[in-house]
Amino acid sequence: MPGKLKVKIVAGRHLPVMDRASDLTDAFVEVKFGNTTFKTDVYLKSLNPQWNSEWFKFEVDDEDLQDEPLQITVLDHDTYSANDAIGKVYIDIDPLLYSEAATVISGWFPIYDTIHGIRGEINVVVKVDLFNDLNRFRQSSCGVKFFCTTSIPKCYRAVVIHGFVEELVVNEDPEYQWIDRIRTPRASNEARQRLISLMSGELQRKIGLKVLEMRGNAVVGYLQCFDLEGESGLVVRAIGTACTLDKLSSPATFLPACNSPSKEMKESPFNEDPNPNPHSSGPSTPLKNQTYSFSPSKSYSRQSSSSDTDLSLTPKTGMGSGSAGKEGGPFKALLRQQTQSALEQRGGSPHRFCRRREFPFLTLTAFPPGLLVHVGGVVSARSVKLLDRIHNPAFVGIMGNTRSYKLLDWNSFNSDEPETRDAWWAEIRQEIKSHAKALGCHAVVGYSESTSICEEVCILSASGTAAVLSPRFLQEGTVDGSLEQRVEENLPVGCGFCHIPYDELNMPFPAHLTHCYNCRKQKVPDVLFTTIDLPTDAVVIGKGCLIQARLCRLKKKAQAEANATAISNLLPFMEYEVHTQLMNKLKLKGMNALFGLRIQITVGENMLMGLASATGVYLAALPMPGGIQIAGKTPSDGSYEQHISHMQKKINDTIAKNKELYEINPPEVSEEIIGSPIPEPRQRSRLLRSQSESSDEVTELDLSHGKKDAFVLEIDDTDAMEDVHSLLTDVPPPSGFYSCNTEIMPGINNWTSEIQMFTSVRVVRLSSLNLTNQALNKNFNGLCENLLKSLYFKLRSMTPCCLCHVNFTVSLPEDELIQVTVTAVAITFDKNQALQTTKAHAEKSLQRASTDNEELLQFPLELCSDSVPSHAFPAAKEHPESASSNSGTPAAQRATSVDYSSFADRCSSWIELIKLKAQTIRRGSIKTTVTVEKASPMGDGNFRNRSAPPCAGSTVGVVKMTPLSFIPGAKITKYLGIINMFFIRETTSLREEGGVSGFLHTFIAEVFAMVRAHVAALGGNAVVSYIMKQCVFMENPSKNQAQCLINVSGDAVVFVRESDLEVMSTQQPAVNCQPTCTGEVTT
Amino acid sequence: MTSELDIFVGNTTLIDEDVYRLWLDGYSVNDAVALRVRSGILEQTGATAGVLQSDTMDHYRTFHMLERLLHAPPKLLHQLIFQIPPSRQALLIERYYTFDEAFVREVLGKKLSKGTKKDLDDISTKTGITLKSCRRQFDNFKRVFKVVEEMRGSLVDNIQQHFLLSDRLARDYAAIVFFANNRFETGKKKLQYLSFGDFAFCAELMIQNWTLGAVDSQMDDMDVDLDKEFLQDLKELKVLVADKDLLDLHKSLVCTALRGKLSVFSEMETNFKNLSRGLVNVAAKLTHNKDVRDLFVDLVEKFVEPCRSDHWPLSDVRLFLNQYSVSVHSLDGFRHQTLWDRYMGTLRGCLLRLYHD
Repeated sequence: MPGKLKVKIVAGRHLPVMDRASDLTDAFVEVKFGNTTFKTDVYLKSLNPQWNSEWFKFEVDDEDLQDEPLQITVLDHDTYSANDAIGKVYIDIDPLLYSEAATVISGWFPIYDTIHGIRGEINVVVKVDLFNDLNRFRQSSCGVKFFCTTSIPKCYRAVVIHGFVEELVVNEDPEYQWIDRIRTPRASNEARQRLISLMSGELQRKIGLKVLEMRGNAVVGYLQCFDLEGESGLVVRAIGTACTLDKLSSPATFLPACNSPSKEMKESPFNEDPNPNPHSSGPSTPLKNQTYSFSPSKSYSRQSSSSDTDLSLTPKTGMGSGSAGKEGGPFKALLRQQTQSALEQRGGSPHRFCRRREFPFLTLTAFPPGLLVHVGGVVSARSVKLLDRIHNPAFVGIMGNTRSYKLLDWNSFNSDEPETRDAWWAEIRQEIKSHAKALGCHAVVGYSESTSICEEVCILSASGTAAVLSPRFLQEGTVDGSLEQRVEENLPVGCGFCHIPYDELNMPFPAHLTHCYNCRKQKVPDVLFTTIDLPTDAVVIGKGCLIQARLCRLKKKAQAEANATAISNLLPFMEYEVHTQLMNKLKLKGMNALFGLRIQITVGENMLMGLASATGVYLAALPMPGGIQIAGKTPSDGSYEQHISHMQKKINDTIAKNKELYEINPPEVSEEIIGSPIPEPRQRSRLLRSQSESSDEVTELDLSHGKKDAFVLEIDDTDAMEDVHSLLTDVPPPSGFYSCNTEIMPGINNWTSEIQMFTSVRVVRLSSLNLTNQALNKNFNGLCENLLKSLYFKLRSMTPCCLCHVNFTVSLPEDELIQVTVTAVAITFDKNQALQTTKAHAEKSLQRASTDNEELLQFPLELCSDSVPSHAFPAAKEHPESASSNSGTPAAQRATSVDYSSFADRCSSWIELIKLKAQTIRRGSIKTTVTVEKASPMGDGNFRNRSAPPCAGSTVGVVKMTPLSFIPGAKITKYLGIINMFFIRETTSLREEGGVSGFLHTFIAEVFAMVRAHVAALGGNAVVSYIMKQCVFMENPSKNQAQCLINVSGDAVVFVRESDLEVMSTQQPAVNCQPTCTGEVTT
Repeated sequence: MTSELDIFVGNTTLIDEDVYRLWLDGYSVNDAVALRVRSGILEQTGATAGVLQSDTMDHYRTFHMLERLLHAPPKLLHQLIFQIPPSRQALLIERYYTFDEAFVREVLGKKLSKGTKKDLDDISTKTGITLKSCRRQFDNFKRVFKVVEEMRGSLVDNIQQHFLLSDRLARDYAAIVFFANNRFETGKKKLQYLSFGDFAFCAELMIQNWTLGAVDSQMDDMDVDLDKEFLQDLKELKVLVADKDLLDLHKSLVCTALRGKLSVFSEMETNFKNLSRGLVNVAAKLTHNKDVRDLFVDLVEKFVEPCRSDHWPLSDVRLFLNQYSVSVHSLDGFRHQTLWDRYMGTLRGCLLRLYHD
C-alpha cells in the first residue's frame, strides 16, 4: 500500500439546468479511483453548488496510481428515477508522483460530457502521499519523469543519454465490443476514454520501468500514439529516449514560481540523495531514496508480458546516475561520474551505447552541443500490413472480474504468434538500423514512428536521421585521439555535422561530394536532408522557409491482400515523387538543406496521399545549389521551344526572387579551393528508403535518377508540364510572414513575447467524377496552399511574425474526403533587429546557442573536461545581456502588442472597476457610495474614485500553449509533468450545433480549455511541446450525427517572463506599470 | 472540390473588430464579405475572396458561440472555453450591448414584450437597421430589464454588476429600463425633436429623486418604480394654482424678482398663470398611470411649446424656473415645501434639458 490519494470536492459553477421545473440542479459528485467510489452530499437547487466535501482518501498501489485516472462524475440527483449524469472529469495524477513536479492539483476543471461537451466547472483538490517501500521487484515506475519535448528540457542537464525505449499495449476497442450494441453512445465513449486513459497510464509505467532498468530517471521526446484498428483492436504505443537528467539550480530558476502551489522544497535534484553504492545492482534508484513494492502474491512477469524487443535485460553494469553530495555541485558530480564511467568501461564493455540497446535510436531532434558529430541523411522504412483481429482470449475471461479494467499485453497472450505489432515494428526498426549502417552511421536521431490505417490495411512508417554521435558516448573513456581531435576541430566552426560520415571511396549511394565550404577540410554532400532541428551552432545564410511536397495517387478499391499489394506497389513511386518534388522546391528556393523532414503517407479507400514538410535552409558549409533546367523532349516545334524557354526564365526568376526574399547571399568562393564548378550539374539524393511488404522482401530504392542529370526536367507530356506548373504555384508567404516546421526559424532570433498557437482543420469533398491523378494533385495542392493563405490572413495583425512548427496532418476519412489538420504557433519578432542580424553568422549562431541552450552548454562539461568551462561561463554571462537587449525594446511597445487599442484598455479597466464595485456591493457598503452618487448625478469622478487600485487581475489565469519547447522572452523554471489527454465528442444534433464546422470548432476549443485547466490546476502557466496527435473526425450528415476523437499531449510548465526576471532582480515591484495604465484610462 | 469543414481555433480567441461590427450590425456572411471586399482589404493583404469568405465564416461562428456567454457577461469572464484577454472581453461586451440611437428612440418607453418585438420589422424598415441587429438590441433591453427589474439597490450599479458595462452605457440602460417600466410615451410627433440623451438625462434625475430608492436605499424596493406615495402627495401641490391668492402671490414674487432680468419679461408675466397651472397640474395628475405615461407629452405641451412660441431664450427659462421654484418657499400659506422641492427640483432639470429646438 504505497500511496494514499486524497481528493476534495470544493464547489461547482455554471452547471446546466437539469430540472426544467425549477430551472435548477440538485448536484452531487462521485469520486472514483480504481474500484473505490465516494460520494458527496447532494447540494439542492443550485447551479453553483458548494459541496466543500471532506477529504476522500484512497489507499492504493503505486502501480494503480500510475495506471488509473481519477474519475470525477457530477450527477443530478433524482428521487424517483435514475440520477442523470452531468459530466465527468478525468484527472491524471501522474504529475503528483515525482518529486519535482506539482505537489497538489487544485483548480477549476471543465465538466465534460461526450455528448454535450463542457457543462460547467468543478473545483477539485487532489493530493498524494507516497510511502517508502524498498522492494526491488516493483512494477511501478513512479518517479520517472516524462517529457514530450524532443530536446533536453530547459532547466535540466543531461548526465547520460541512455537510448531508445519503446512499448506497446493492445486491447479490444470498446466501440467494437458486442456490448456496444446495447449501451448508449455516451457509455461507449466513456468506456473508450477510460480505456485509453488506462492504457496510456500502463504504457507510461512500463516505459518507466525500462528507464529505471537502464538507470535513467527520465524519458525525453516521449511520443505516444493510438492506432484505432477498428475491429482488430486498439493499440497504444510509445517511443522515447531514456536519459538521466539533473536539475539545474541556477539562481535565476529559483524565483517565486508564480502561482504555483508546489513546494520549492521538493525541487532538489534527483541524485542529491546520497546513494552510497552506485555500482550495486540492488535497489539503488536515481530518484528519491524510495522504492515501491507490490504485494508479493503478484508474480513478477514483466519480462514475459512486456513488448520489449530487447534481447535481454542484462546491462546491469551500466552507469549509475551521479551521486555527489550537495556541496559538490554539478561539476564535481560530473567529473566524478566521468571517472566512474571510465572505470566501468575499462571493466570490459567497450560499446556501451550500442550494447545497451538493440536500437541506437534517439527521439531527440535537438542535442546538447558536442553530441551530434555527423549527419548521414534521412533513413526511412515503411511496411504495409494486414490487420487481423487481435486475439485476446483472456480478455473475455476477466470481464466480470473486479479488475476487469486491468489491461493485458498483447505479447503475454500471443507471444507465440508471429504477427504481433511488436514484431512488425521490430522489423522496421531493424531496417532503419541497417540503413543507418549503410550510411556509415551507428545511430539514428530525430526518430519517429507513425501509422496510417484504412480498413484492414495498415502502413507502418518509421523515419529518422542517420548520425554519428560523439564517440565519448560510444567508446571507451580513454579516447581515440585522432577522432577526438577531428571533432574538437570541427565543432566550433559549426559545420562538423555536415561532413559525411561514410567512406568517400565506398559510398552507399552515388552522391557528389565537395570540400566543406566552411572549413575546407572535410567532404560534404551537395544536399542534406534531415529529420532533426537545425543544430544551434550551424552556420546558416539567410532565412529558412517551409517546403512541402504534396502528392496524391489513385488506387483501385480492393480487398485484403490485393489491396496491400497494390499499396506496396505504389509506395516506391510515391516516395520517389515526393523526394523529387522536395528537391525541386528546395532548388527553387535556392537552398541546400532540409531540416525537420516529415513524410506522411496516408492510405484511403481509393487513393494514397503523400505530404512531406520540411524547413529549407542554406547551410554555409554545403555548396551552392544548382538551378533547374527544363528540356523539351521533342525540340522540333518552334513555339514549343519558345514556351520552354519562357518557363525556364520563369523558374530562374523565381529562384532569384527567392534568394532575395530569404536573404541568401553566400560569399563568393574561389572555385579552385572547392575544386568543382558551382552550379553542380549532378545532384544526388541521400535518402535511403525501402518498402517492405508483409513478406519481408526489401526493395531498396535508388532515388538518384539513374544516370541522368537529375535537375534537368524533361517535359515530354502534359503531366510533366503540370508538375512544373505546380512547382511555380507555391506562392511565398506575404511580407512580414515566415514559416518553418522546425523549432526555431533559421535566421530569426529576436522573438518578442506574443505567441498564438492554433489548430486549423479543413475537410474537402472531391467531386467523384473523372478523378485523375492530376486533378487530385491540383486539388490537394490548392487545399494546402489555401489553408496557408488563410492562416496568413488570420494572423496578419501579428506581423512581423513567423509560423513555427507548422505541422500538417492529412487523413482520408471517407471515399472522397480529404482532411488536413494544421497545428502551429505564430510568434512575433522584432523586424528591425532581424534586419541587422544577417551578418556575422558565426557570432549570431553562437549567441543563439547561448540564449537558447545556455543550460545545455554545460553539458559538455562532463565530456571534454578542461576546455569547455572557460567557454561556458562567458556564455552564461552573455545570456543576461542578450536577454536585456531583447527586452530593450521599449516596454510600451511590448505592451501595445498585448493591449489591442486604447478603447480596449478602457474597457478592461472598466471590467476591473466593476468587479471591485461588485465586491463592495456584496459587502453591503453600498449605502455610502450610493448617496455620494446621488448628490452629484453627473459626476464621473465618483466612479473612478471609489475603485481602489484595480490590481485584482483576471479571473481566469492565462495559459499559453505552444508546440515549441520554449516560450519566447520567458524562462521555463519548472516542468510539472506530462499532459496526455484523449477526448471523444459525439453529437446526434449536428445541424443544431452549427454543422460540422460548428461541432468541431466547439470541440477543439473545449479540448484547449481542458488542457489549460489541467495545466492551471497543476500550478502551471504554459504547455510546451504541445501536439495534437490525433484528430479523427467522422460525420454522417444524413443522420445528423458526427463523432470526433482528439488526442493531445505536451509538457505543463511554469515560466517567468525575462522582463519580470529583470524587474525582480532590480527590486522593483513588477506591477508597477499596471496601476498607471489602468488609472488614466477610466474616463 | 467543396469545403465541408473549415475551422481555425486559436489558443487565444482571435477577435476581428471589423468583422465583429459587421456581425453586430446583422449582416449575413455574404453581405459582410462583400462589405469587406469593398473596404479594400483584399488589396491590402493580397488575400483572395475565398480566404475572406472562410475568415468571415470563422469569425461569425466564433461570435455565434460567444453570444450565449454575452447574454450573461460575468459568464464570459469566468468561462474556460475561450481564452480572451480582459481588454478584449470588455470590448466584446461593450460593443454587444451598444445600441443605435435611431433604434432606441423607437422602442424607448414601450413595453418590452412580444408585441413590440413583432413591430421590429417596421422599425427595421424605418431606421434602416437590419432586423437582426434590431432583435439583438431589443433582446438586450429586455434581458437587462428582466434581470434588474426586481432587484433592490441602485439601478446603475445592478446593471453594471450583472452586465459589466461601462459606466456610461450602464446609465443609458438604466434609463431604458426606467422608461420601459413606467411606459413613458416618447413616440408622439411632438416629442420627435428629443434625443435619447434628453430622455436618459431626465430618467436619471427621476430615478434619483422620484423613486423609492431615492428616499432610502435600504428600502426593500428599487429604482425602477416611481414612489407611489410621493405621486399621491403631489396632489397637495394643486393648492398652488387652485388657491387664487396663492397663485397671485406666487406670480408677484416671481415677477418682482425677475423684473429687468428677463428679455421676455412681459411674455412671462402674461403667461405665468398658464405655465404655473400647467406645471402643477402635471404633478397633480401623476396619480394616474395613464398620466404618468404622458408626462413628457404634457411637459412639452404645457411648458416647452408655449415658451418656445414666445421665443424664450434658454437662459431666461433657467432664470424663470429657478425663481419659480424658490419663490414657493416664501409662500406662507403653503406647507408642502419638501414635496415641492422634490418635484420641482427634478422637473426643473428635465425642462431645461427638454427645452431646445
